Amino acid sequence: MESNSMSSSLNALPSRRRFLGEIFSGKENPFRAAADDTVVETGEMVQLLSVDGYVIEIDKAYLKPVPDLSAPLSINGREGIEGRRFVMVIDLSRCKNLKKCQSACNKMHFVGEGQNWIKVHAMKEAEHTAPYWQPTTCMHCDEPPCVKVCPVDATFKREDGIVLIDNERCIGCRFCMAACPYSTRVFNWSKPILPTEVENSTYSPETSCPPKIGTVGKCDFCPDMVRKGELPHCVSACPNGVFFFGDINEDSVTNGAETFRFHELVRDRAGFRLMEDLGTRPSVYYLPPVNRLFRFEEGLEDSEGNNK
Amino acid sequence: MIQEKIYQDLLPQKFGRAGKIWVTVLVAICLVGAIAYYRQLKYGLSVTAMRDYVSWGIYISNFVFFVAISLVGSLITAVLQLTQVRWSTPLTRIAEIIAVSAIIFAALIIIVDMGRPDRFINVLIYGRIQSPILWDVIVITTYLVLGVLLLYIALLPDLAIIIKHKDKVEGWVFSIAKFLGSFWKGTPEQLRLKEKSITILTVTIIPVALAIHTVTSWLFAMTYRPGWDSTNFGAYFVSGAFLVGAAGVVVAMYIFRKFYSLQNYITNSHFNHMGKLVVMLALVYLYFNINEYLVPAFKMKKPEEQHLLGLFSGEFAPLFWLVVIMGMIVPIIIMLFPRGRKPLPMFIAGTLIVVGAWFKRFLIVTPTLLHPFLPMSNVPDSYLHYFPTWEEWAITAGSLAGALLIMTFLTRIFPIVPIEETIKGRMEEESVGTHQDYSEDWKTRQVITPKTHKV
Repeated sequence: MESNSMSSSLNALPSRRRFLGEIFSGKENPFRAAADDTVVETGEMVQLLSVDGYVIEIDKAYLKPVPDLSAPLSINGREGIEGRRFVMVIDLSRCKNLKKCQSACNKMHFVGEGQNWIKVHAMKEAEHTAPYWQPTTCMHCDEPPCVKVCPVDATFKREDGIVLIDNERCIGCRFCMAACPYSTRVFNWSKPILPTEVENSTYSPETSCPPKIGTVGKCDFCPDMVRKGELPHCVSACPNGVFFFGDINEDSVTNGAETFRFHELVRDRAGFRLMEDLGTRPSVYYLPPVNRLFRFEEGLEDSEGNNK
Repeated sequence: MIQEKIYQDLLPQKFGRAGKIWVTVLVAICLVGAIAYYRQLKYGLSVTAMRDYVSWGIYISNFVFFVAISLVGSLITAVLQLTQVRWSTPLTRIAEIIAVSAIIFAALIIIVDMGRPDRFINVLIYGRIQSPILWDVIVITTYLVLGVLLLYIALLPDLAIIIKHKDKVEGWVFSIAKFLGSFWKGTPEQLRLKEKSITILTVTIIPVALAIHTVTSWLFAMTYRPGWDSTNFGAYFVSGAFLVGAAGVVVAMYIFRKFYSLQNYITNSHFNHMGKLVVMLALVYLYFNINEYLVPAFKMKKPEEQHLLGLFSGEFAPLFWLVVIMGMIVPIIIMLFPRGRKPLPMFIAGTLIVVGAWFKRFLIVTPTLLHPFLPMSNVPDSYLHYFPTWEEWAITAGSLAGALLIMTFLTRIFPIVPIEETIKGRMEEESVGTHQDYSEDWKTRQVITPKTHKV
């Protein structure tokens, strides 16, 4: 597993940030400190990319495999990660409807045939304005209409801002689907077709896996990835860096390659949220489609052959 | 003797040939519905035509229909009785039976709509009182209990009459009556308690009845969606419910009168009175409809526009105008005229209203879901339309047949027209020397016999 990648460092747990900070501050080499005495340098060097863009070279022997943490079963999925407040920024000027976000998301969450947690809409504000592509995830609202209407507390808002679903409690009334103005929710109308190992895995609201018949699903901000210090699948899958993910408490968002102060980004680039007037207070911000990287029409070509 | 004649006419009667065919057909429809539901349990809600956008279909509109029609129990029994409208007495039991059977099937159909009916108990274990669904669960159960009590307590004297006439009814009807009512001796204390409980029930059932349909409307109005996001919704739903319920009683009156030969008890005058009542209710409902559609249509806000145009001139226009014209305007025109308030035209008008009301609920639920705020992108074509599958039709038809079956069964074992009330009424009339036939003007009669109301 390539779980020791550093690309997602800014979302890593605080200790990890400190750790990385130490590497590049030129102090003692933490790799050396962490490695025990029996390590013998192989002489084979590997190159790593630091968060601030430097390429560093270290001996392979100092790379320690980090075990892939599977679903954090001991953690109460309802409570969230302490001290965090997750936020996403979607840059509309970079989207060309490639839908790599969508296919990665669908694959990792075993989303049903024909369904998508992330949808890419062709939008146009008014008659004479230019069309653009708008990916939508769950907005993880601070006043979530879906949570308000749920009769059994199966969908809930965590203290880290993420709205999740407990598919072992959901009764399938679909009131949340009617309530969500962003139409973000999908329903498992039939029994999900899953690989055996997924089907037999232990369910957690954090992984949303395995999906269950007769219950609701939606974008979950990949809290299992976040716990591991990695970016949600859509963020890392997008080749154009459309999605920025981060923590509003840390005031930073990153798409893996670029990192910004969250408040500066939404301030300087005139960020906005969808349907602000409804008072749902989404956690997903959008940057307007100005100075675009692609023509809208390029996206039309990309959508061909994709979902119809 | 008149009394004997009344017993003869009103005690539970055996089914004729038509009755047997009727029951067989209903049972057959229920069975097909049960097969369809078995398939749904096996394969999930994928057997329906519902998908992520149209996440509520005819199950929910059928649920709203059942809740609506059940409101008539409170209208005829409570509102009219409390306001001393005495002509409605022979209709109270019909209204209560419709109410009880409809509300039972409202509860059942909502379970059918659930993706996980096996987890129904979660509503009790984890119930969030903040959710309108919990409000609905609470008021519907309350209404069911009140409705059953009202039906039962008012039935007690008639059960005593059935028990007394053991020779005139079959053994099993007698046994049921004995089981339910053998403790009733008609002592002054029992009578006092009965009167008192009925008064309490009739008073409490009115707010509960308003609540069941207001809360049902809130399942929609508490969301942001165009077509549902309306402060008019509670009143709009309640007025529609009274209309369909009253029309349902008219249809039932006609059928019972015809098949049980109740012409002496459910008279032309009753149809006349019900006709006037239904016209009034239809006009009130029309008024709320105008509010519901004209106000947003005048402004044509962007999100409302697609939805409204879909109804007025788009995909749903034929059904929409059919419901408005055949389900509201034509019945109003029929019943405005005295000739239209005769039994047969009333039956036709009532049927139009009831059928129209069912489709009206469909028009309230589904078109809204097909016009979400964001475009419907990246979904298969089947997600963009909704036409119910045979399973949905079968289950829905089965639930309607089931409700009719309960009504048929209850009117088979209990007197359709309250016997004791009828005898009392006739005797009063004789003692004050009024005409035996129910007079056209009940108000005058009320002045002649200024007695406290009874149910």
